[in-house]
Amino acid sequence: MLLSDLVRFGRYLDPWSEFEKMNRTLSGLSSPSGREFPAVNVWKGEDHAVVTAEIPGINPQELDISVAGKALTLRGARSPEKAAEGDTFHRRERWYGKFTRTLDIPFDVDADKIEARFIKGVLYIALPRAEADKPRKISIKSE
Amino acid sequence: MATATQELQKKEATSPEGVEYTSSRKVFTPAVDIIEQKDRTILIADMPGTDEKSVDITLEKNVLTIYGKVEPLVPEKHGLVFSEYGIGDYHRAFTLSNEVDRNRIEATVKNGILKLVLPKAEAAKARKIAVRAEA
Repeated sequence: MLLSDLVRFGRYLDPWSEFEKMNRTLSGLSSPSGREFPAVNVWKGEDHAVVTAEIPGINPQELDISVAGKALTLRGARSPEKAAEGDTFHRRERWYGKFTRTLDIPFDVDADKIEARFIKGVLYIALPRAEADKPRKISIKSE
Repeated sequence: MATATQELQKKEATSPEGVEYTSSRKVFTPAVDIIEQKDRTILIADMPGTDEKSVDITLEKNVLTIYGKVEPLVPEKHGLVFSEYGIGDYHRAFTLSNEVDRNRIEATVKNGILKLVLPKAEAAKARKIAVRAEA
């Protein structure tokens, strides 16, 4: 077997390697910055995934997190700094506006057990794998 | 989505030539808004991952330096499988004009946002000069 075949085979087995590709396609590459907002990091555990995103300054109560099957959607907004009359902006680099982001998680999520925390402007969402979706170990009986 | 024209990705800080950071951790330049008001200047910086204990603000001569240390909160027994942003400290420096009242600078950090209030010194406040008609 060629090494490239091995690599391909190995990749094929891991649903996470397809993760990036899938999410790229979902987000669409048409956006001018090439990437969707907010930027996310995804961590994988045994039967958990953790999604983190840096969205400083938003009100956690106004952040909408929803899950449908394998799709996780984040919705929120941040308003621009208000300027009174006579104020001058020397710099305006911070983002503001509405955002929606959908991520495809490579397993069915147990929506009732999702935990989300917002610490120091960073959002952490723990997504447990649905019981029905967990791989089952099949024991082989010897005759 | 947020405003498309703005650069939304975190920018890694560039250090002056020949000067390096001692630790190997990544350092980013926080995005800021600077608003000048009648009697003060407000600086707002996005520094997710920092709080009031981990941000250092120093004012030496005219240079205001902001340094935010970030302790990465890594989920236990988890491996990173997909990454769109880097985690690291924040560093940015500004040269202030002389008109800032150094003793009354206030800084707060909330939800990963640093807010600095730089009051203008009495002498620098614009004064309205009344024009009298000559008798």
